[in-house]
Amino acid sequence: MERTQLRRQVALTRQSLFDQGFLDEQFIQLEDLQDDANPNFVEEVVTLYYRDSARLITNIEKALEKNSLDFNKLDGFMHQFKGSSSSIGAKKVKAECTLFREYCRAGNGEGCTRTFQQIKKEYATLKRKLEAYFQVVRQAGPAETACWPK
Amino acid sequence: MENGFSSPRNDSFPAGLRVLVVDDDPTWLKILEKMLKKCSYEVTTCGLARDALSLLRERKGGYDIVISDVYMPDMDGFKLLEHVGLEMDLPVIMMSVDGETSRVMKGVQHGACDYLLKPIRMKELRNIWQHVFRKKIHEVRDIEILEGIEFQMTRNGSDQYEDGHFLCGEDLTLIKKRKDIESRHDEKDIGDNSSSKKARVVWSVELHQKFVKAVNQIGFDKVGPKKILDLMNVPRLTRENVASHLQKYRLYLSRLQKENDFNNPVGMIKQSDSPSSDSNGNFGSQNSINLQDASNGCYGFSGSSLGVHNVDPRNHDGDRKRLVTAPVAEPKRGVTIDPPNPSKPRNSQMEFGHPLAPPQSEVNFARFDFSFPTKYPWCGVPETQLKQEHNPLHLNDGFSRQPMPGQKQLSRADHPQPAPAISSATSSTERQTGCPVKIKPSHNDYTSNANHASAVDSTPLQTKTNMTDHQAVQENQGLNMNCLADLESPRKNINLGTLPFATLDEDLQVCFVAGDYYMNLGLQNIEVQEYFDPGLLTGVPTHLDDGLRFDYEIYDPTEYSLIDQSLFI
Repeated sequence: MERTQLRRQVALTRQSLFDQGFLDEQFIQLEDLQDDANPNFVEEVVTLYYRDSARLITNIEKALEKNSLDFNKLDGFMHQFKGSSSSIGAKKVKAECTLFREYCRAGNGEGCTRTFQQIKKEYATLKRKLEAYFQVVRQAGPAETACWPK
Repeated sequence: MENGFSSPRNDSFPAGLRVLVVDDDPTWLKILEKMLKKCSYEVTTCGLARDALSLLRERKGGYDIVISDVYMPDMDGFKLLEHVGLEMDLPVIMMSVDGETSRVMKGVQHGACDYLLKPIRMKELRNIWQHVFRKKIHEVRDIEILEGIEFQMTRNGSDQYEDGHFLCGEDLTLIKKRKDIESRHDEKDIGDNSSSKKARVVWSVELHQKFVKAVNQIGFDKVGPKKILDLMNVPRLTRENVASHLQKYRLYLSRLQKENDFNNPVGMIKQSDSPSSDSNGNFGSQNSINLQDASNGCYGFSGSSLGVHNVDPRNHDGDRKRLVTAPVAEPKRGVTIDPPNPSKPRNSQMEFGHPLAPPQSEVNFARFDFSFPTKYPWCGVPETQLKQEHNPLHLNDGFSRQPMPGQKQLSRADHPQPAPAISSATSSTERQTGCPVKIKPSHNDYTSNANHASAVDSTPLQTKTNMTDHQAVQENQGLNMNCLADLESPRKNINLGTLPFATLDEDLQVCFVAGDYYMNLGLQNIEVQEYFDPGLLTGVPTHLDDGLRFDYEIYDPTEYSLIDQSLFI
């Protein structure tokens, strides 16, 4: 039955996100919060994250374009971005953020710029994968999304 | 959140716990809101620290606990933490993605009851009610202590002042005896706090000095109630008395560190309420008034000096009590002295006579009035003044913990060092700045305040508005007095603290008036943190006191040095 197949697909996609290290257990926390009152909670949160973090990304980019880098400011932005990314369990993104902050503290502008490219890459990849994931989830039907084997 | 309504949690605590979440990250705000709702808590979210503060101020007692992020664009989370602690005395939990020890330590120093690391788990949030509960319990204790003091004050009246000692060993005995008659005759209970009234040991200055001396002799690390008791060699003092006093002392010290501002053993002293000649007079009467009023809590300092507030506030009952208790019992001076009653409507049992029950706003109000002056350090007492006072200030600390209305902002954060009383002088100024700072922005800038110091006089209640920064700054001394005066120790020292408030600008005054949360001052700008410039204060003449009842006498450090030193280990 198609529904069963879809459900299986959802489960597999989800599992691969964890297996490949894109998501950590915070994502599961979000799933746990999803209930009848908020049946699309996880998707809503992820959408909110991508919307809000876009502006943080822009800020960091602008700050990195300056001739002389303000590492404190950069660190501050990254702190915010990292915090935000931790909210949805964006594991790889978070790891890059930590690396970025270390470069900031070391005053390594080159390292910061390089790491930031990596962050953007991971950020975009995750976004793509999550979008695909939610699409399948929607297709599979609301009932499916509610119960995940933990 | 409603204001001053009884907590819905009463029945099914912790369900219905009213939580205020502050975080600039909308994603986290959404997640936390959902998590807290799942815990059956009542959640209010805020994206800006500024908004959170105004919400808190508008609805005194409308929240039980605050959860705030550390890193926020409009205001540093630690500053918010201070403000909340001073003004509302609510438990605050900090959170951050940054878990570095130094940051966590800073959080604790500023008074956070907990520090959570992001990403936050549900189970961590489930337990936050413990902080609310714990605070309530402490408040009850404070109230009891205050009651004891109150008892003393009313009993001894002006006599104490003359002697310069509030409670001596013999007095202690007398009081205890008297209490015994009134309550049970359980000696063991003396000095111990429980929800019911009991005879309690009042820790006079001398007694406390003995205590501190004993502690120092033994060595703070190795100290134990039995050892202290033996060393002190005070008849009729029980091990339990010492144990509970030791606990408070420890809290007091840690708070001092946290606070940086001068640590007045106010809490300690107050109990003994060393009557300094003048201040005592003022306070004494004040205190007794307050005390009497406050059925439970002895506001003592509740700012009787503040003048009006304290005494009148009967309506604030809840508040008053709290005020009193705050300073006395707890060493936790830094934070609002007032027992967070307002936040907890449930406190009815707390001696406050459950002031909480009444609209919190009421309570809160009271708090501010009183508290501010005493709050001492932040009250914006001018640095210069602070020096002197810091000793007496502690009194303020004890009591006034309440953030001076004006001060709300506690820029305390600025105060650095947790230095002991000695350094409190500086710290107190800082404190003061904290307080007044707040006011500054809103009302007038500080500089004007300083100048106003004299102008401040106008506000008789000084406490009320004065607190707001101007006064605090200027009158460090006065302020202390205000705050303290009311509370227990009529010490002059107290004046120090209160003074600052007294001088508050007229503008400030406006704020305080009437139960109005001094916030009205417009301190709303939390940003106030600015450090109150003591220079400004210097201008504040003692005459400001005129309005104030308390004496501003400059606290003579030498006089209290003994005490202070002993208090500070």
